[in-house]
Amino acid sequence: MTTLTNGDDLHLSLYRKMFQIRRFEEEAARAYAQSKIGGFLHLYIGQEPIAVGASAALRPDDYVMTTYRDHGLALARGMSPRAAMAELYGKVTGCSKGLGGSMHFFDKEHNMLGGYGIVGGHIPIAVGTAFASKYRGEDRVSMVFFGEGAVSIGDFHEGMSLAALWKLPIVFVCENNEYAMGTPLSRTLSVEDVSLKALAYGMERDRFNSEHVLQVRDRLAEAVARARTNSEPTLVEIRTYRFRGHSMSDPGKYRTKEELEERKKKDVLLRSRVELEEKGHKAALEAIEKEVEDEITDAIRFAEESPEPGPEVLEPTTYAGPFAR
Amino acid sequence: MTVLRFREAVRAAMVEEMERDERVYLVGEEVGHYQGAYKVTEGMLDKFGSRRVIDAPITESGFTGISIGAAMVGLRPIVEYMTWNFSAVAFDQILNNAAKLRQMSGGQLSIPLVLRAPNGSAKQVGSQHSHAMEHFYAHVPGLKVLAPAMPADAKGLLKSAIRDDNPVLFMESETLYGVKGEVPDDPDFIVPLGVASIVREGTDVSIIAWSRMVHVAIEAAAELEKEGISAEIVDLRSLRPLDEETIVKSVTKTHRAVVAHEGWPYGGVGAEIADRIQRLAFDELDAPVLRATTLDVPMPYNARLEQYVIPQASRIIENVHRVLYKS
Repeated sequence: MTTLTNGDDLHLSLYRKMFQIRRFEEEAARAYAQSKIGGFLHLYIGQEPIAVGASAALRPDDYVMTTYRDHGLALARGMSPRAAMAELYGKVTGCSKGLGGSMHFFDKEHNMLGGYGIVGGHIPIAVGTAFASKYRGEDRVSMVFFGEGAVSIGDFHEGMSLAALWKLPIVFVCENNEYAMGTPLSRTLSVEDVSLKALAYGMERDRFNSEHVLQVRDRLAEAVARARTNSEPTLVEIRTYRFRGHSMSDPGKYRTKEELEERKKKDVLLRSRVELEEKGHKAALEAIEKEVEDEITDAIRFAEESPEPGPEVLEPTTYAGPFAR
Repeated sequence: MTVLRFREAVRAAMVEEMERDERVYLVGEEVGHYQGAYKVTEGMLDKFGSRRVIDAPITESGFTGISIGAAMVGLRPIVEYMTWNFSAVAFDQILNNAAKLRQMSGGQLSIPLVLRAPNGSAKQVGSQHSHAMEHFYAHVPGLKVLAPAMPADAKGLLKSAIRDDNPVLFMESETLYGVKGEVPDDPDFIVPLGVASIVREGTDVSIIAWSRMVHVAIEAAAELEKEGISAEIVDLRSLRPLDEETIVKSVTKTHRAVVAHEGWPYGGVGAEIADRIQRLAFDELDAPVLRATTLDVPMPYNARLEQYVIPQASRIIENVHRVLYKS
């Protein structure tokens, strides 16, 4: 079993990240309601400790990829709120020049290799980054995130199967938030323990509830070490809960108000705040929160004032070199 | 120059590029120990070892996705499918990831990837092993699509493809692997993408073709010559990028065109070429552009029906007669 790491400085810095994601997304939801952001907007609110704990378990040169619910991981990896918000606004200053949108955040500098919109299709791609690390003899680790809804699609199995066969340094992280869009777990999976899928591939597995950001970090650090040291993959299932609908267009009628209220009481972000305040860090928390508020206000202003991409960006982003037509 | 079979020319391109660039590796079903389902990769495992010549289980979507990921972070994979027909299983990876990632990422990522396989009809292998798949992929911006007919072009184009920073799809007609031709030995010999070649000069009609249909067109042209009809054959070699200039130049000379390809007519590459000719050379045309294609049905197993469905020289000749108003 794991032990919690009791570094208050670390905990404060992880709290800052979680709070940043929360506030970023609350403001994104507001901008969406004002029609300043188009398309789909899938919020990560409630799941923050996973992206933040995971990022703390990784090195900056490790690769990460995730599904379309990607704002949290991008910010956790170090993407600037400015680049993130500008992307939501479809501006050229956004992380993908305004061409990707909410579901396609990319930040090569931070080895955040994307948010993907086809459920599970990104899993083999992440395995490919791990393949490249091993091919080059580097000790980089890849980590790929997906929901439990991705567990049924073929690419999940092909990715797991090949990663285990070729012994690749990757951690598969299933963020099981119990609802695949509007469909509860009981109606999507015949076996609700996702981690058991690892057995079929001879892969190590882990499974736990997301209760504390440091616990997430510590448990994932074990899988990361296995990848880095032995070049072995692990499937980790983390039980979590999203407080918002699947996307902004989803009123979430498939779950009761009582269920939601009950889960919100277990908000891991608030738990961290209470714990840190009890340990005497009230002033530090307030300073962090003020700083983050200013950062998000700045990001919104930056996004609003930024220019839109012009048609001249289209062809050079489609092909490297001359356009092929 | 050395006389090589088409399959040896493909192999030579891979071997030379793998010797030149450590980042290039080959993955696919049976490419290693079995030496390739069509023996294209014969000897490559011995030469490069299992780190760089990798046998994959039957997971087209999986090993395509893995190759996209590896390319994204700087390797230059070559993926072999046992036939392009099976690439349909990996269509999502090719269409939604390989082709789109560069744009989705605002130009941050490139996917220097080569996908290659046997393509089109063979002999009585039934509907699921017989289709010419280039039409599906040439539709997609972000991809490049090549379909050589001659061993030298196969080598030169594949070398260009491996050096290209985009996803390039390389179509090898299953029936051409044994075809022999003179192939340059120079490791720096390449054929640039997007340049067609005139394999036969003529004055009365342009037959525009690629891959196996170039050879069928050569057969048709020989027959037509006996009737006193002089056919020019344009071998496109590359479908995306497309050498519009050479097509227009040839049609400007002959004033009549027949496009010959395997694959269904509806929405195929032939339709695209016909559109370009009418748009760019309307005043030069003395007849509508016609297409000699596979018939609009899945490929039957029965040998006689198969030959009826696949475009033969006779179908090209028939269409040439029609554009010359001789039928």
